[in-house]
Amino acid sequence: MHELPVTESILKIVLAHAEKNDVRRVMTIELQVGRLSDLEDEWMQRYFDYVSKGTPAQGARLKIERTPIRLTCNACAAIFTVDAASDINRPCPHCGEKDVTLVSGREYFIKNMEVL
Amino acid sequence: MENVRMIEIKEDIMADNNQVAAGVRERLRGQKTMLLNLMSSPGSGKTSLILKTIEALHNDIKIGVIEADIESKVDAEKVAAQGIAAVQLRTGGFCHLDATMVTQGLDALAKTDFDLLLIENVGNLVCPAEFDTGAHRNVMILSVPEGDDKPIKYPLMFSICDVLLVNKIDYLSLSDFDMAAMRKRVLALNPKMMVIEISCKTGAGIDEWISWLKDEVAAFRLA
Repeated sequence: MHELPVTESILKIVLAHAEKNDVRRVMTIELQVGRLSDLEDEWMQRYFDYVSKGTPAQGARLKIERTPIRLTCNACAAIFTVDAASDINRPCPHCGEKDVTLVSGREYFIKNMEVL
Repeated sequence: MENVRMIEIKEDIMADNNQVAAGVRERLRGQKTMLLNLMSSPGSGKTSLILKTIEALHNDIKIGVIEADIESKVDAEKVAAQGIAAVQLRTGGFCHLDATMVTQGLDALAKTDFDLLLIENVGNLVCPAEFDTGAHRNVMILSVPEGDDKPIKYPLMFSICDVLLVNKIDYLSLSDFDMAAMRKRVLALNPKMMVIEISCKTGAGIDEWISWLKDEVAAFRLA
């Protein structure tokens, strides 16, 4: 539901890099999105198409890779990954400790872009 | 044909919010103000709970309220009518509050001598769960008419909160809401969740909530 603020933030960063690098047109933008995000690829693209109208990023394709949810155990310091939001309080698979902290899974990381 | 160039960016759009949120937490820690982020669906009783909380605690601790709403300012008006410092943030269509909006709220309040600041987040079980507001404690309400299956549908929200208030328990006799099943689902997601059954209408369970909150505020001041 927050496609608009997310795609606006992506566009802002992309345009800042585009200006610095004398970019005429952005072709693709490679993103890593944490699995805790509930945004669908298709809708992110649609919102991006909307917010990027009239900018050098208009028509750019979002290449979205989903990155794992990682937790760290506060007892044995092991880092382990889980698949879904429903698992973020799962006990440590190594020592069984219940006190675990989320390390990553919420990110919207912009890796790079292909430009002309 | 023109050459396609690859430009490295390596920036995380959440990094900015996370940084601002950490700043909010630190700033309020310095002022000994505990920030509590209250989240729920629309209509589950956030404003009623805030009014009940103010009624129970305003003589003992200094409370301020940051209200978020997509358009209106009716909630802030209700709170301000109780003589409590309140600021209304209109999110202008945004589905959640982020840490930057909370910072604007703190600046708009203009005072810094609060023991407890309550955020009434936008009524929504999805988006507010993804954005750190800078709160020290996250509390959510699930009301009985919404159903006992909500932990399955909105796992992230139930996973990130410290307290779940199950409101409108005066409706239990009229509904097929299965409290035991709901508790089991919540604790499977979040074994640390404190679950308190309340009714803002009858006042049932409010004492338990107030006692938890008082202890938390006292511990926060000493920390």
